[in-house]
Amino acid sequence: MWNYSDKLKEHFFNPKNAGVLEEANAVGEVGSISCGDALRLMLQVEPETQVIQDARFQTFGCGSAIASSSALTEMIIGKTVEEALQVTNKDIADYLEGLPPEKMHCSVMGAEALRAAIANYRGEEWVDDHEEGELICKCFGVDAAMIERAVEVNALTSLEQVTNYTKAGASCKTCHEKIEDLLESLLAKQGKVPEPVAAKAPAAPALVGLGDIAPLAAPEAAKPATPAKKLSNVQRMQIVIAALEEMRPYLKQDGGDVELVDIDGKNIYVRLSGACSGCQMASVTIEGIQTKLVEKLGELVRVIPHTMMAAE
Amino acid sequence: MGIYLDNNATTRVDPAVVAEMMPFFTEHFGNPSSMHGYGAAVGGKIEWARGEVQKLIGAAFDTEIVFTSGGTESDSTAILSALKAYPKRREIVTSVVEHPAILSLCDFLESKEGYRIHRIPVDGKGNLDLERYEAALSENVAVVSIMWANNETGTIFPIELLAGMAKKVGALFHTDAVQAVGKLPMDLANSAIDMLSLSGHKLHAPKGIGALYVKRGVRFRPMLRGGHQERGRRAGTENAPAIVGLGKACELARESLPIERTQVAALRDRLETALVEAIPNCFVTGNPANRLPNTANIAFEFIEGEAILLLLNEEGIAASSGSACTSGSLEPSHVMRAMGVPYTAAHGATRFSLSRDTTAEEVDTVIRVMPGIIERLRKLSPYWTGQGAAAGFQPVYS
Repeated sequence: MWNYSDKLKEHFFNPKNAGVLEEANAVGEVGSISCGDALRLMLQVEPETQVIQDARFQTFGCGSAIASSSALTEMIIGKTVEEALQVTNKDIADYLEGLPPEKMHCSVMGAEALRAAIANYRGEEWVDDHEEGELICKCFGVDAAMIERAVEVNALTSLEQVTNYTKAGASCKTCHEKIEDLLESLLAKQGKVPEPVAAKAPAAPALVGLGDIAPLAAPEAAKPATPAKKLSNVQRMQIVIAALEEMRPYLKQDGGDVELVDIDGKNIYVRLSGACSGCQMASVTIEGIQTKLVEKLGELVRVIPHTMMAAE
Repeated sequence: MGIYLDNNATTRVDPAVVAEMMPFFTEHFGNPSSMHGYGAAVGGKIEWARGEVQKLIGAAFDTEIVFTSGGTESDSTAILSALKAYPKRREIVTSVVEHPAILSLCDFLESKEGYRIHRIPVDGKGNLDLERYEAALSENVAVVSIMWANNETGTIFPIELLAGMAKKVGALFHTDAVQAVGKLPMDLANSAIDMLSLSGHKLHAPKGIGALYVKRGVRFRPMLRGGHQERGRRAGTENAPAIVGLGKACELARESLPIERTQVAALRDRLETALVEAIPNCFVTGNPANRLPNTANIAFEFIEGEAILLLLNEEGIAASSGSACTSGSLEPSHVMRAMGVPYTAAHGATRFSLSRDTTAEEVDTVIRVMPGIIERLRKLSPYWTGQGAAAGFQPVYS
């Protein structure tokens, strides 16, 4: 059982402003059924005064998510839109007398829904920054793509720097190993190794507003990132075929061979043959091919023996 | 007293087990390795306990039982021993629905040690894909590790069949039987199973004690080296009171095996049938025709498991959720995902696991309060319309 504050429990067991707001003129919907948290925030804004007259919510999620939604509505009713925009996820967590570190994302979802609703009210398109890819830091909702971007743009080389730039790992620390592994693989591409932990690591930034969590602000001195050129499927396939051709002479020297069977997104299926087929070192060969393809494609892919392909 | 229906997580230590253990804290406190009377008394009782474990799982010899700190240590010992015993074999076969004690170890062995791991998928009811299993077996496989029964759904795997298939390619066969021991009859003396893990706290013994069965003749390489305890297969001074407790728990479990299959199964069925009848948009996960007698895992659509557990807790009822937020992870249970349970239901999967202590009155209380809890949470959910899924709710990063 999580160690929830009495205030949080009160907002979970007796949520305020739950349900549909028929008169809503601002609706923000954020979250993901796959992540287990989704929130629809409905506001009724008085156009002349810009005051939020009423707010209601519907939440799919855990106790913290429901309580954060309830708290958010209580916090913003009576505020102007501009005042409401100053509400951060930390404010929501503070209002609830704290959230367990692993549950901070619930307050982030509330802050995001608020911004989405206000954008909806203003007729703006609200684009969130939640990217595809493995979620690395669950406390702050930081995924692998965001860390990769931060590392590349800012030439980060240590866990502490990643935390300072993205907040990933600043809370419960359970993702530190994952961050370290990711950092190691990213630096390996550049022929670098991660820096050891500094004797005096810079303090992690305080929990602040959503704006600090969302878009990664590059330091002034740093050059803006050059967006990676997105390869077409044909280009990817050509690169894969060329890379395999490069490797085949080496495998043939050992009496083996490899051929491409299929490419399914990030999964690249290959067939080992000759001495490579059934070799006790086959997994090492597969790993070597994978390393080569990752290097050539500049993206993380998985090389899988064709025997592992899903049956039709 | 509350209603405890989370026995797959842990069980209440039986008072008879506690009574059996007590003298081994204060009266019989000797080190069993010592050459004096204090030690001998303890050593003798440990051997009695070993015999009780042997009888419960139907092992041929009591020397096949190695006491460990629990299921995780047993699992790790079995797999690491097999890899060391057969260093030229660099592959492991397991399933996608194993306990993290197996999955995390395999992930580590794959990413850090270069082993190839075959993770065999399951179908919608949690049954192992036997064709994929057979295809993964080869003379490169050092060890197969497949659980006897799944901890979340209770689905039972055809363990004898799987063990026999593994033997044909010369691989060692290990089963994590933590959930099955004490609930299903076992006869390891006449099986092809080489190693089996069990855990005390799943069968009314204390936490921190377990055992690994290693069939006589199976190559074994200890994980913990040091003293000569456990015939050199697990160094470290024996946790004598807990071992004695495990022995007593095994004796009691053997006596109550028939109760598990009749009384406990009947109460589970009563609970499950009533809930599925009373609550719309929910379904039983796993294989109803072949699963543990004590486990009911019901997926309630459009709501999230932790919220269910919090409201159940307010009613004094303890259950479990494979979801997510209970574990601090945002992902729903890997077992639900492996079975292809949609996200809309996987997050609301709730496990009720009974024991021989569970009463009909307790089950009836759950049947009475559960519909209200589900309705209350669905009223808060943007995915729920009153009859089913809400159309048109498409949050930004869904």
